[in-house]
Amino acid sequence: MKGTLSIVGFGLSTIGPGTATGLIFAAYINGVARQPEARSILQPIAFLGFALAEALAIFGLVLAFVLK
Amino acid sequence: MAQPGFVPPSISDFFYNSVIGHSILATKPVMLLFFSVILISVFFAVSARKAAVVPSRLQYSGELIYNFVRNSIGQDIIGEEYQRFVPFLFTIFTFIFINNIFEVVPFLQFPTMSHIAFPISITIFVYCVYHYVAIKKKGFWRYLKEMCFMPGVPKAIYIILAPVEFLTYFAVRPLTLAMRLFGNMFASHLLLLLFTLGGEYMLKSALFVKFFAILSFGLAIGLSFFEMGIQFLQAYIFTLLSALYIAGALAEEH
Repeated sequence: MKGTLSIVGFGLSTIGPGTATGLIFAAYINGVARQPEARSILQPIAFLGFALAEALAIFGLVLAFVLK
Repeated sequence: MAQPGFVPPSISDFFYNSVIGHSILATKPVMLLFFSVILISVFFAVSARKAAVVPSRLQYSGELIYNFVRNSIGQDIIGEEYQRFVPFLFTIFTFIFINNIFEVVPFLQFPTMSHIAFPISITIFVYCVYHYVAIKKKGFWRYLKEMCFMPGVPKAIYIILAPVEFLTYFAVRPLTLAMRLFGNMFASHLLLLLFTLGGEYMLKSALFVKFFAILSFGLAIGLSFFEMGIQFLQAYIFTLLSALYIAGALAEEH
């Protein structure tokens, strides 16, 4: 089975953003569980944090394809 | 029924030839870009034309989008002087969103933001705006001082904090802003290409494999719906971060 090292590198690099996304949404769920009225206040913050963490995973994917 | 091996989609699938001679302006992404601008202008011009107190559906939909950007991105993030940035934020939000949506629209099916040049050009505007606003409000040296030497930090940390903050404001922020949008659109288009082309390849293979072709096409359809959410999210995040940078440029240190 042939593959490239860059794809393996990308696979390893998703550990970080995956963990970060889990932590962010765990905090969001906790916050909404403690105080359901805070849902619409916390939602933009949760999605902002998610997009920032996801950005790094996306950089990895893009660079894995571009820098074969 | 042997066919040559499957060629997975790659970067070369993102480049289109021009339809009229060798002009760089007549390729599919650029034509989609022009089309999106015409679409947005016509929609909002018609939506705002006969503005009534009790809005019609068209006017309501236009106002919905405008209010979303004005209130939840402009007012909530920037605060006091938000009004003068609302046209800018509204433009980039609708522009990025419509261009992203083009990926799942039949017959168009290409996100123009998956060419790095387009996010970069929008980022250049945002970069110039937030630096200009900060320099105009605080003056160049005071802006640099507040950026690199934040108050409330032990003085010894400034040795590493100052270069990091300087790099962040001048290099990392625009880079990540452009690359986030580009990467998401690139990856989503690549995934859709993979599932669709793979499904087509499998459909032309042996009978046993044809079942997986249906699975592949189903995944492509499901992924399209998921991508619609991602497209809206990326447009929203780009605009939100631009508003945050502008708000940071306007903010006085406490």
